Amino acid sequence: MSKPNVIVIGGGLGGLWATLRIAHAGFPVELFSLFEVKRSHSVCAQGGINAVLDSKGQHDSIRQHIIDTVKGGEYLANQPPVKAMCEDAPGLIRTFERMGVTFSRTSEGLLDQRLFGGVKNKRTCFAGASTGQQLLYGVDQQVRRLESEDKVVKHEWWEFLSLLLDADGVCRGIVAMDLKSLEVRAFAADAIVVASGGMGQLYAPKSTTSTNSTGAAASRCYRQGAWMANAEFFQFHPTAMMGHDKNRLMSEAARGEGGRIWVPKTPGDRRPPKTIPESERFYFLEEFFPAYGNTVARDEAARAIWTVTRQMGLGIGGDGGDRVYLDLTHLDAAFIGARLGAILEIYRKFAGVDPMTEPMEIFPAAHYGMGGLWVDFERSADGGIQPDSPRNHATNIPGLYACGECDYAYHGANRLGANSLLSASYSGRIAGESVVSYLKGLASDGASLAPEIPQAEVARQQAINADLMRADGADTPYLIQKELGALMTAKVGVVRSNPELESAVGELQVLRDRLRNARLGESSTWSNQSLAFARQLGDMIELAGVVARGALARDECRGAHYKPAFRIPIPEGKFAGDPEFETYRARWHANNAQWLKTTIAEHTEDGPRLSYQEVDLSVYPPTEPRDYR
Amino acid sequence: MTEQPIHLRIRRQDRPDSAPYWQEFAIPGRSDHNIVSLLMALRENPVTVSGQRVDPVVWEHNCMEEVCGACALLINGVPRPSCSALVAELEQPIRLEPLPKFPVVRDLLVDRRRIDQGLKQVKAWIKIDGVWDTHEGAPRIGPSEWAANYLYSRCMSCGCCMAACPQFGTDSDFLGPAPLAQVRLMNAHPTGRYDKTERLHAIMADGGLSDCGNAQNCVRVCPKEIPLTTAIGELGRQTTVQLLKDIFGPR
Repeated sequence: MSKPNVIVIGGGLGGLWATLRIAHAGFPVELFSLFEVKRSHSVCAQGGINAVLDSKGQHDSIRQHIIDTVKGGEYLANQPPVKAMCEDAPGLIRTFERMGVTFSRTSEGLLDQRLFGGVKNKRTCFAGASTGQQLLYGVDQQVRRLESEDKVVKHEWWEFLSLLLDADGVCRGIVAMDLKSLEVRAFAADAIVVASGGMGQLYAPKSTTSTNSTGAAASRCYRQGAWMANAEFFQFHPTAMMGHDKNRLMSEAARGEGGRIWVPKTPGDRRPPKTIPESERFYFLEEFFPAYGNTVARDEAARAIWTVTRQMGLGIGGDGGDRVYLDLTHLDAAFIGARLGAILEIYRKFAGVDPMTEPMEIFPAAHYGMGGLWVDFERSADGGIQPDSPRNHATNIPGLYACGECDYAYHGANRLGANSLLSASYSGRIAGESVVSYLKGLASDGASLAPEIPQAEVARQQAINADLMRADGADTPYLIQKELGALMTAKVGVVRSNPELESAVGELQVLRDRLRNARLGESSTWSNQSLAFARQLGDMIELAGVVARGALARDECRGAHYKPAFRIPIPEGKFAGDPEFETYRARWHANNAQWLKTTIAEHTEDGPRLSYQEVDLSVYPPTEPRDYR
Repeated sequence: MTEQPIHLRIRRQDRPDSAPYWQEFAIPGRSDHNIVSLLMALRENPVTVSGQRVDPVVWEHNCMEEVCGACALLINGVPRPSCSALVAELEQPIRLEPLPKFPVVRDLLVDRRRIDQGLKQVKAWIKIDGVWDTHEGAPRIGPSEWAANYLYSRCMSCGCCMAACPQFGTDSDFLGPAPLAQVRLMNAHPTGRYDKTERLHAIMADGGLSDCGNAQNCVRVCPKEIPLTTAIGELGRQTTVQLLKDIFGPR
């Protein structure tokens, strides 16, 4: 038998880390990516990557990092993987540093660290304002080196279409399409790693993610039997600048430095903002949250903006008036220029408007998926995960692994700031190690895939292409995606209600039917982007159904999933010991007993079948509600 | 914000080996578009000014925050990322062409694999023993040295510098500015320095540093304002020293 080989799907931080770890163990890797891997969405993360180095005299501890992660995620993350990730973070940073990542430095030439949202200590390593880009380039360079040594083969501009499963349901390869020639071909492999990123495009254009973050690859695995977990948890960032193509983040720092959010008091007031007198402006965050004002927490700010625009009809801008002003014009120009230079530049560059003289127009944007493909772990004796266990990051399909934003581990109900780059890198490395163990455990006379299976699957995929090319309906896939994004934003967004979610589930079915009869508008057999996009869109609608159904079933407020009808508010001005607070605590515990569990979605022809799994709370049991007062 | 239609002239090409042709479009929309969002609007309803329905325009885009490097085009004759090219700041009709010097795949989509090959040729990486934790960090790097290096680490391989370079092209084997600048970056790293000689030899060979004609176009078009010509100057000094070492150094 020849040496076992591995296919990695996706070339962001997760995929490249997995590739490196597997190739370094001596197994050949074929890496598939929709585009040159250097263009992956990982490059967009700016803020930084968390790791406790305790370099700032604050007695920071890994234990505290674990607690911040667990609490930030409203206890929904399995705790052994979180513990292992936080413990490994410093070692990961050291590895990145050895790769030549240009981390920002202290005057002593050591790694600098800064403060990030949700934590009290300086724990975030950063590389200027482009940390994701620098980390990705670090691993990209290492992969290129292995490629030059023939240990890795890259298939860029190839799209993963489906898994090849043998008669026992074991993953034995993939079918993929060359995005230039549209050739559909089967590739055999002994293990597959999916690292295909997030699914922010379900909310396009009101999403901060790259246009290729469709979630299609994960959805394709789901359709073939891989479980999705916690898909209903999707983090929204309150202040993103609007674009026709996407939303771009405006850092929380803009409010931290004195930026004020407002809308005109009169609905439909179309006067230029600077001409609207102070008395006719509604500074709603300052009125809703007198204690915090504009610096209220991310999720609260996003919901308040939602209330004002969607429910009170006070939003500004076209498209249903869903924006609000983020105003810096009252602040000292020199001060703002020095403190917020990078943000001002982005706004000027992409909106063509100077935020020092005109208020910015912002909107809460879909930002990061907490849920994704379900993955396993093996708990170790010390409460972390067992090193080199083939169960770590394994999906429920044997031989199929998942890592990065497309898996569901580490974040729980809500992601802690600067933990995304950490989890992508860490999970990639662990998935790689796990795959190596899996390959070593494979029987040496491992049965190969019966040739009919790939042949039939290639033919099936070619038939899908041919059908799409022939279809001549009323809508183009691009128009349908626009409607999908609008529907998800309106009804499966920041604030959710059961009637709206129910209607969303129905409307998704309509979109699916319309897509079946869509018209590509072209029949070229060379680089037909509409064809690839139409295929992805079908998978996106499927995934949107999982998000909506999961949200409909979950009757509570937890992290990124907010249903006001089931809210259990903390009694104002009451703290532990007060009878009112204790009543609240009892209700919180009762709610946990019912809802502190992982949503599992299994594909069926009639839509997702939902079930629930216990969460491993062995490291830091939930005795205290999350309370940031 | 104007509500006038936006005029586009797009150079199209159906296949790598077919002849290019031009098409004109008038896209209704406000002028707060960028080129990517304009092309997105166009693909929803690709009809030319003469009313002909045509295939949607093919182009590459991904992050749209000017950090992935995918969407670079020739816009009114200038190579630049199309996400940060705002319609309001461009003269109309806006001319869109594929990034020159790279083989056209289709329409505005080009194959920039040569950048990747260049990076391999110059060994633009730090040799590390493995991607596990060795329980050692890298040696210290002072803040000013960091600041100089950081500039070069922002290169996103968009290819604008290569497109603007008169020496780089299909008939020349010149590496181009982007891979050269990475030699400057890798050679400055405390561990990368160990392989400095190898990298310098790579750029002293054919298609290397000496092919640079010092036209300075690269630095003028770089969207990330990377001091490419400074890098090339520094590499000139490094290769001169290397040449002397090669001649007089210990065998």
